[in-house]
Amino acid sequence: MSTSTTPLLQINQVTKTFGGIFALNEVSFDLHEGEILGIIGPNGSGKTTMVNCITGFIELSAGEVRYRGKQISGKPPHKIADMGITRTFQIMRPYYSLPAYKNLVIPLFSPRAKRTGGWRGGGKLGDRNTVSIDILEELGFERESFVPYKKASNLPTGYLKRLELARCLALNPKIIICDEVFSGLSMSEIASMVPLVERLQMEGITLIMIEHRLRELFQVANRIMVLNFGEKLIEGTAEEVMADERVKEAYFGSEEVEEVMAHA
Amino acid sequence: MKESSDQRRKERLDRGIKVRSEGIYALMSWRELSYLFLPRVVLIGGLLILPLAMPSMYWQRVISIVCIYALLALSFDFLAHYVGLVSLGGAFFIGTGSYIAAILNTSFGLPPILTIPIATLLGAVICTVLLLPCLPLRGVYFAIVTLMYPLLLARVIEALDILGGTDGILGIESFANRWMEQYFIILMVLFLLFGTRRLVNQDIGLVFRAVKDNDQSVRASGISVTYYKTIAVFIASGIGCLAGAYLVHLYMWAGLSTLALDFSILPIAATVIGGSGTLVGPVLGAFILVPISELLRAFGTLRIVFYALILLGFIIFRSEGIMVYGQRKYHQFEKWIKV
Repeated sequence: MSTSTTPLLQINQVTKTFGGIFALNEVSFDLHEGEILGIIGPNGSGKTTMVNCITGFIELSAGEVRYRGKQISGKPPHKIADMGITRTFQIMRPYYSLPAYKNLVIPLFSPRAKRTGGWRGGGKLGDRNTVSIDILEELGFERESFVPYKKASNLPTGYLKRLELARCLALNPKIIICDEVFSGLSMSEIASMVPLVERLQMEGITLIMIEHRLRELFQVANRIMVLNFGEKLIEGTAEEVMADERVKEAYFGSEEVEEVMAHA
Repeated sequence: MKESSDQRRKERLDRGIKVRSEGIYALMSWRELSYLFLPRVVLIGGLLILPLAMPSMYWQRVISIVCIYALLALSFDFLAHYVGLVSLGGAFFIGTGSYIAAILNTSFGLPPILTIPIATLLGAVICTVLLLPCLPLRGVYFAIVTLMYPLLLARVIEALDILGGTDGILGIESFANRWMEQYFIILMVLFLLFGTRRLVNQDIGLVFRAVKDNDQSVRASGISVTYYKTIAVFIASGIGCLAGAYLVHLYMWAGLSTLALDFSILPIAATVIGGSGTLVGPVLGAFILVPISELLRAFGTLRIVFYALILLGFIIFRSEGIMVYGQRKYHQFEKWIKV
């Protein structure tokens, strides 16, 4: 890992209000190159708002987001994605009328993909249809059973979640912000996603993972940050976070936390 | 069979010949070649023969007007079905194109061969720039703004008495002969029909369809939605302005009636009848609707009643449109099977 002092992504005092209600209140954190940062928190704690603020889908009320030391807050979402900061959507947003592989042709048509050659492209992009099927196959869309050729509206949730990831990968990203990629998946599907996430980290992609599936998240994440009612409660390793009294309080009654803590 | 008729359903299967002719195997037999080429040859041949089959001046004029509406319907279908922008701007495009061509012809003395291309490009630029503010918005705003501009322009021209005021611009040059007049617009319809059909199947066409399907995803893919909407509006308004410039040389007059709402509404009706999303459907829809409206002229004001009834009938009984229905019959078997 590089020893440079500027973090890859700096979130400084980010505040977002919706008509007087603080969805995010002066949240600050850093993201370092090559790490996986997990963000957890109860429903409505501002996790998805955080993603929208970083990726430019909503405007900040106050504060700033810096990427490699340069301010990116205030830029439109496509410019931020063009820098390599990509995201998945919690509620999947595929192009339902198109086959899975045509879904990927669109990000491969973007200026960034043309410039960088897409995932592992090495600066050269071949036929977009072929490239997109290669990416999908890498993510477990079985070509033999024609899964990449199926219409997105006919694909089950597990594939659509991976299609969200594939859209990010097609852009040859530096950062992927995963908004609940594990939710709604079966245990075996999650089991196949975990090694994929680890492989992405090995390739040098930095990830922010927002999750409710704590056990799987703790397996992959280097650091955990907890949000509650739009404020940062604590940041640290999984053990530190789970030992914190305020976190227990925020998650009071959640069986999974008890279960995870029993294992810890 | 009879008593269980409610328990049957229609099963549809692609014809083998459709599947085979999608690959290069089609080149193997005349039968498969003709399966692919016959519909296209009928369409192209039919349009090219039309002026010869109907030599009367009256029907020739009708054909020219049909082609103008066909171009507008094509532009509407392209924007609505492939980019997700519902445009009521037929009158706006026609008006812009026709006034530009009229000014170029009367004030600068340019012949139709120059005024039409210049009016097409310049008109498309003007329309696109004027529509630019509502492109980042989603929802009905685009439809409202496209409807508003022709009303606004007509009142401005009327009130300020510019561009000929209510009399319009007179003394515009016509085409050299009636064959040129006819074949120019027919070839344009064919060229733009096959051109847009090819465009929507390219990768850029996929981006257009993606903008319609889910613009947030397009943004997240690092693509500017507004940029691609701008390109699409430029293409669609260019088609409309071309029709407008042609109209001016056909009538030898440009006036307030080129901003009439007929140009906005009739293309939508043609798209409903022809089948939206097929691009060829709206063109055929115009070829059905406009002549019907001419034939109904004998009924005077009752014309509108019959017209509305025909439209209603289509919407109730064949809401998918003629082309969608026709393509299904052509490409698929249907049989009743017991459930």
